[in-house]
Amino acid sequence: MGILVYAEHDNATIKSATLNVISAAKAIGGDITVLVAGQGAQAAADAAAQVAGVSKVLLADDAAYAHQLAENVSLLVADLGKGYSHILAAATTTGKNFLPRVAALLDVSMVSDITKVISADTFERPIYAGNAIATVQSSEAVKVITVRTTGFDAAAATGGSAAVEAVAGTQDAGKSSFVGEELAKSDRPELTAAKIVVSGGRGMGNGENFTKVLAPLVDKLGAAMGASRAAVDAGFVPNDLQVGQTGKIVAPQLYVAVGISGAIQHLAGMKDSKVIVAINKDPEAPIATVADYFLEADLFAAVPELAGKI
Amino acid sequence: MKALVAVKRVVDYNVKVRVKADKTGVDLTNVKMSINPFCEIAVEEAVRLKEKGVVTEIVVVSVGPATAQEQIRSAMALGADRGILVQTDDAVGPLAVAKILKGIVDQEQPQVILMGKQAIDDDNNQTGQMLAALMGVGQGTFASKVTVEGGVMNVEREVDGGAQTVALPLPAIVTTDLRLNEPRYAALPNIMKARKKPLDTKTPADYGVDTASKLKTLKVEPPAERKAGIKVKSVDELVEKLKNEAKVI
Ligand SMILES: Cc1cc2nc3c(=O)[nH]c(=O)nc-3n(C[C@H](O)[C@H](O)[C@H](O)COP(=O)(O)OP(=O)(O)OC[C@H]3O[C@@H](n4cnc5c(N)ncnc54)[C@H](O)[C@@H]3O)c2cc1C
Ligand SMILES: Nc1ncnc2c1ncn2[C@@H]1O[C@H](COP(=O)(O)O)[C@@H](O)[C@H]1O
Repeated sequence: MGILVYAEHDNATIKSATLNVISAAKAIGGDITVLVAGQGAQAAADAAAQVAGVSKVLLADDAAYAHQLAENVSLLVADLGKGYSHILAAATTTGKNFLPRVAALLDVSMVSDITKVISADTFERPIYAGNAIATVQSSEAVKVITVRTTGFDAAAATGGSAAVEAVAGTQDAGKSSFVGEELAKSDRPELTAAKIVVSGGRGMGNGENFTKVLAPLVDKLGAAMGASRAAVDAGFVPNDLQVGQTGKIVAPQLYVAVGISGAIQHLAGMKDSKVIVAINKDPEAPIATVADYFLEADLFAAVPELAGKI
Repeated sequence: MKALVAVKRVVDYNVKVRVKADKTGVDLTNVKMSINPFCEIAVEEAVRLKEKGVVTEIVVVSVGPATAQEQIRSAMALGADRGILVQTDDAVGPLAVAKILKGIVDQEQPQVILMGKQAIDDDNNQTGQMLAALMGVGQGTFASKVTVEGGVMNVEREVDGGAQTVALPLPAIVTTDLRLNEPRYAALPNIMKARKKPLDTKTPADYGVDTASKLKTLKVEPPAERKAGIKVKSVDELVEKLKNEAKVI
């Protein structure tokens, strides 16, 4: 039967989230086929073929898949997926967008956001903002699953030598069209893959302080920048920086929360970080319950000082 | 045109739930229940479309126990016109909810279907996408802006890399993200009026849907506890700890 892994890519390279998904596939056990769907994505398919543990790469190259429109991609994956025991994608906005459609087309239930593989049909997943961990068993013929990347180490990007096979039979559902996108440009590491994340909250006061006060610390640490919902809602920073239950889930080596109170929804996105530092002027802030090191201080004094001393 | 909004009754977002000692689930006795926040945003968006004259009637649906009437009434107090409670005490998963909603869509023929991106209890983020697939229509998930004009819906979406805009012929599905709007507070007269709005009660069987699931929850446990941290007195102490104790910088 085997496992079908849906790759995320930029046409040239495979995104790191997919390497975590491949590790989840290895934990399930079985032949791993990676599907690369895109337009002009041969190089990404070649990169997928190098990933250690991959047996085969399928390349569906067509304009219909250029923007990963869920309506089109789901038809392709449901079609191909019938022949597999498991279909896996990362729990990113791409995976979350199309994979439930695949499950519905196959008339099977889906398991979202797994963080651990117990056996080929049993998985752990967080519920209630991570305040409970459910162990779920699926008796569906095809198990359709999104993988929370922080639950699995990345597979080695090299060492494999799988064959790349072209997939024919494009399907444009004709139910959606791409209008445009505004992608954030940043020289910093990607938030979900960074070793260090420094996040700012409402305490930052405004967007300018993110640039003037927080950014020097972020860059000194070679970190990614994150934010709380309050900071995003207030327009201090764009939405793609939001960490939390309904934003991005991160688990870096070091997470620094600056001017963030630590609401349940924020903790859900970062409490699996290895070391947590909080800088907050309120010693009672709930972030203290998860922080390894809590510095009670005014961030406008402490953050520049910290940036200067590391 | 008609709008359909699906709302789920969930634990209030302020509640920190506890796992039951027998590991069968979380303890919901005497816990405050509310309309799922993302569903509330969906209701608000429908009301705004009605205020703009795009939508003429808003039908709100919930699948759940008899008490889910409260959430339907809250949606009516915000401006929904009519309600359907698909009553069941079973835990109904996303696929079965999507199938029930498909049955309702077939009868009601809405042009715009608004749902939350995620229910904050099970954190599934599946139902809207599944309904879109069952209907064979387009979806604008994680929406931060919705406009409807000339039979086409434009949806700006919050994606991991930034923002994306898609165009969808109607009917189509929207799932809401946090920045779509800020729901209004229901005014007292509207809460009173909501009590008199029509509310039908149905069952999953009325739509030919079997709610049994092939997913079984074997156990529910509390997450691993973090060990207690320490307070540091100065930036110097923090730097020292990060270098020599945690060894992360
Ligand atoms: C459906 C739903 C989903 C949500 N999803 C998310 C999510 O994914 N992510 C998320 O983060 N939130 C989410 N939230 C919001 C969450 O509940 C909180 O409202 C939010 O996290 C608060 O952000 P904050 O900590 O920045 O702001 P606040 O709670 O206002 O905290 C600000 C903190 O800054 C401190 N401070 C202020 N000034 C200074 C200073 N000069 N120096 C030092 N400290 C200072 C204060 O003491 C305070 O602790 C969600 C809420 C809902 C209802
Ligand atoms: N039982 C339910 N009744 C009504 N709507 C629901 C129900 N379950 C899920 N939904 C809708 O689907 C959205 C996403 O839920 P989920 O896929 O469970 O995360 C919710 O915000 C609701 O709009």
